Amino acid sequence: MTIIDMTIHELHAALKGKQISSVEATTALLERITAVEPQVGSFITVTPEQALAAAKAADHRIASGDCQLLTGIPLAIKDIFLTEGIRTTCGSRILENFIPPYSATSWEKLRDCGAVLLGKLNQDEFAMGSSNESSAYGTTRNPWDTTCIPGGSSGGSAASVAARQAVATLGTDTGGSIRQPASHCGCVGLKPTYGRVSRYGVIAYASSLDQVGPLTRDVADCAIMLEAIAGHDPKDSTSVDTPVPNYSASLTQGVKGMKIGLPKEYFIDGLDPDVQKAMDAAIDTYRRLGAEFVEISLPNTDYAVATYYLIATAEASSNLARYDGVRFGHRAEADGLLDMYTKSRSEGFGSEVKRRIMIGTYALSSGYYDAYYVKAQKVRTLIMNDFVKAFADVDVMLTPVAPTPAFKIGEKINDPLQMYLSDIFTIPVNLAGTCAMSLPAGFSAAGLPIGLQLIGKPFGEESILRAGYAFEQATEWHIRKATI
Amino acid sequence: MKITVADVEHVARLARLELTPGEKELFAGQMGAILGYVEKLKELDTEGIVPTSHAVPMENSFREDIARPSIGLEKALANAPSRAGSFFVVPNVIE
Repeated sequence: MTIIDMTIHELHAALKGKQISSVEATTALLERITAVEPQVGSFITVTPEQALAAAKAADHRIASGDCQLLTGIPLAIKDIFLTEGIRTTCGSRILENFIPPYSATSWEKLRDCGAVLLGKLNQDEFAMGSSNESSAYGTTRNPWDTTCIPGGSSGGSAASVAARQAVATLGTDTGGSIRQPASHCGCVGLKPTYGRVSRYGVIAYASSLDQVGPLTRDVADCAIMLEAIAGHDPKDSTSVDTPVPNYSASLTQGVKGMKIGLPKEYFIDGLDPDVQKAMDAAIDTYRRLGAEFVEISLPNTDYAVATYYLIATAEASSNLARYDGVRFGHRAEADGLLDMYTKSRSEGFGSEVKRRIMIGTYALSSGYYDAYYVKAQKVRTLIMNDFVKAFADVDVMLTPVAPTPAFKIGEKINDPLQMYLSDIFTIPVNLAGTCAMSLPAGFSAAGLPIGLQLIGKPFGEESILRAGYAFEQATEWHIRKATI
Repeated sequence: MKITVADVEHVARLARLELTPGEKELFAGQMGAILGYVEKLKELDTEGIVPTSHAVPMENSFREDIARPSIGLEKALANAPSRAGSFFVVPNVIE
């Protein structure tokens, strides 16, 4: 097996057994990045010198007998994570020259394990998008078909895993931004329960919905990454102080007797026939493995997208008020202070970001606050209650990740509402604050990956990882490689 | 739902954004479509429902009030578009 095809657990075994050094692995991936980056565009910034220095340090650490699961493993992270001393743009012109003075906790945790950072990954601007087309640094392309979008907003995080440019990556998920690109690029992506992973040092989009999670080649890697980044952080008061389970240890327990819910609102007429076929096959696989299926209902599903686009945009309009040209980021030439705020923001933000700030500002503005923002928060309660009720009868839920496989670049760019509706199956999970994972479950007739979503109870990551692992052991979808 | 160019201009002012005439036209149409779509929430009776601002049931999160070092002046000012000594420089606020 070539180095670039290895998973975290495979590479770890090779590093520990001294068959491969971290410098060799890092060099192989940096060469791969150089080779395919012109076609894929996964990265905003590649950091070869720092990567090789970190790899050397990891090799010393391994030689001294300290080889943790992530020691010496070359990773890349979305450009939304602050990295001290390394430019962090969040996909925006407004942060084109921003060098963070500190690092995100989730990245620090990986770094402290000895992981090697290859660079910062492309994304939709401020994580606002489902296609990576809103990045100010070019659109990332899907490694399975470069005329298609990779999904978004963590498009670079998914594409780089699929294109073998990084062993694993970190992304963020506010309405599906880990799961949807993972589904479109044929990798595993997990959005943990809100509060499971620290958001400190993650550039905020919608603070009550944002969550950090891994994108990986397989479920075992996903468990390794989640275990490394999860846990309470005194610097994020919304991170929850509950013990982090040993996710890897429970993977092999199987799904015999597990109750899997099928929410009827997710199996709609408009579902792409290839997606439907993949879901039917997945249900058959789970039946064979001994799981029981229960039809359940999440009656307010149809209201989730509307709820999300009020809450997320309202929070975004507030969070993005900090980009005013005063302390960091782009500052425009201007006459006076107000003019400086306005010009800096108007020059620095792209179209989708402006649109969402506008909708959020409208929803929070005088006279509309109760009718839009508070109404959406009340519907959020109804959506959360749907999940609580449904989870009384089942252990996990199985749904599609997206209604269609990856669409063409440019297809939805002029119709924001159609773009928003592509997140219809992922958004409710963020509103409910619970956890979910996307994993490869088939391919369309055109050869594009199709993802399966497993939704867990709050802090039920163990169950979805276990169910995902059982599925992966019984299928071979995750082994197929993108043609790039 | 009808959103006029005047509505767009009002919201843009609140959001500290300056839009071109083309953007104003475009946003009026798109915001109208998006806000029209979210109107469907009005179908739901939410009388007596408590709004959710946050998915995790937690009240306040307290910690000991212990002084710790901060990032320091140089790091805090390193990204300043304009600085003078230990200050961020901005255009005149009062003429």
